[in-house]
Amino acid sequence: MPCAAGLSSCLEVFMIEIKDLSKSFQTADGRVEALRKVNLTVGDGDIYGIIGMSGAGKSTLVRCINMLERPTEGSVWMDGRDLGSLSETELRSVRRKVTMIFQGFNLLMQRTCLKNICFPLELEGIDKAEAKKRALELLELVGLPDKANAYPAQLSGGQQQRIAIARALATEPKVLLCDEATSALDPKTTHSILELIRDINQRLGITVIIITHQMSVVEDICSHVAILDNGEVVEEGTVSTVFSSPKSAAAKRLVFPDGADEILTESAGERRIRVVFNGAIATRTPLIAKMAMEEQIAASILSASTRSIGDKAYGNMLLGIAGDEHMVRRAMEYLGSIQDVLVEEVTDHVG
Amino acid sequence: MWDKMFSAEALEETVWILQNEFPLAVWETVYVTVIATAFAILLGLPLGVLLVAGEKDGVLPLPKGVMHVLNIVINLLRSMPFLILMIMVFPLTRLIVGTAVGTVASIVPLVIAAFPFVARLVESSLREVNPNIIEMAQSMGATPFQIIVKVLIPESVPSLISSFTIAITTILGYSAMSGIIGGGGLGKIAINYGYYRYKYLVMFLAVVLLILLVQVFQSAGTRLAAKSDKRLK
Repeated sequence: MPCAAGLSSCLEVFMIEIKDLSKSFQTADGRVEALRKVNLTVGDGDIYGIIGMSGAGKSTLVRCINMLERPTEGSVWMDGRDLGSLSETELRSVRRKVTMIFQGFNLLMQRTCLKNICFPLELEGIDKAEAKKRALELLELVGLPDKANAYPAQLSGGQQQRIAIARALATEPKVLLCDEATSALDPKTTHSILELIRDINQRLGITVIIITHQMSVVEDICSHVAILDNGEVVEEGTVSTVFSSPKSAAAKRLVFPDGADEILTESAGERRIRVVFNGAIATRTPLIAKMAMEEQIAASILSASTRSIGDKAYGNMLLGIAGDEHMVRRAMEYLGSIQDVLVEEVTDHVG
Repeated sequence: MWDKMFSAEALEETVWILQNEFPLAVWETVYVTVIATAFAILLGLPLGVLLVAGEKDGVLPLPKGVMHVLNIVINLLRSMPFLILMIMVFPLTRLIVGTAVGTVASIVPLVIAAFPFVARLVESSLREVNPNIIEMAQSMGATPFQIIVKVLIPESVPSLISSFTIAITTILGYSAMSGIIGGGGLGKIAINYGYYRYKYLVMFLAVVLLILLVQVFQSAGTRLAAKSDKRLK
């Protein structure tokens, strides 16, 4: 898969490829496997989300991407280079092209915002006047041109993260790693920071990898998502595919946080079907009511967890249908005939 | 002791000493303290940096043995009573200053006693730096040296100033003891007149001046530390 960058015959250039990556730590209570055989491919210009509960190994994974943590096994390829084979010095220059923003912003508190943005340029030994010029441009880009001489402590969380983003962009990186970058922010600020990241992705063509435990973040801006559970990638693909019909238990937990499937008790004489909305334009159609009127099938909604992404509906709904097998089949046929809606009978607990 | 303290001749003598010997004594105390502190920082700061950076998970891990020796040497010097240390470093003092007694000579034992203390103070100041900020610097490709010079030290400046203030007041206290080996200053006056010649009023005045000096150094240091801290504004 790794092909020479710039080769026109390559249909797709993979910015980052993670192959069979495992990472384990030696702790007092023995060996802890933080990551197990992780395989991921992030395309150039993607906004790639890595989502998982805390302790799933997300932070370790992102630190393996820039080799702040050396993988125990496996490799990370970037633009066709195996990062594991690089020396510390070579890695330092790679890290200037793969920068990072953090949950805690991690600004230098004793430096002004301008000097914070100049920091990575200083590390590179870039001329002071030039660094300052670039920093001022970046302040403009992140929408805080008047904060050049302010200290981080004088800024709000959202503003601090903007400064951190400006700093991360100073070295003109190809990849931006966001480690829970919005987890310390309120929803409104989160949204504006995500907008900024999307804007940067589109305008500068920077590949973005977002580590988060928040579904909303992935929904908001990611094109692809990988679900990490207990150190393993349990599901991967485009956001719409993974979120519309989650297959793994971990994915279901994330998509349906209420655990709708598991808590239902069997009720006698009732059969259940699952209706999966896979991008159906169904939000404005009273589907269940229509089915009752047109087919005389009464269905009760046992649980529903659908999300509208754009004008399309994703997610699933669990219907209870009182009646015999024939009735259920008719209901399935009716619902299945609608575009982008999948129907299956639920015979066992899935969870 | 108390009845003769305020007699007419005692007062007269005290005033004379106050006018003729105190100005020089204050000056000697201040300059010995300041110079000794400066050298103690010169040695203690890099050592303190090594203690933090050289750790297993530090930015510049050093061999375990080196760290072990460093810690032992520091603890050893720290546990030495100053009076004994002053005498034990005589040969070194002679080597550096040319003589083992006198005001300038007292600077050497002061530095030897203070630099391990400063190293420990620096160590604890640097440990206050948020480890995430160090990780940030690493993620941007900073070298260990750059992290020390551009992150660790600048980020802990307010805390370092507080630490150095503690150091200077402690050294001031030690410097008073160097009156024993002929070091000048307020300590010498307190010992010579108070201890050897029973002129307690002079001794008390010397102590009062020492207290005042500590106050001055401490409040200046506290103010400077607060002023330098950009997190508070």
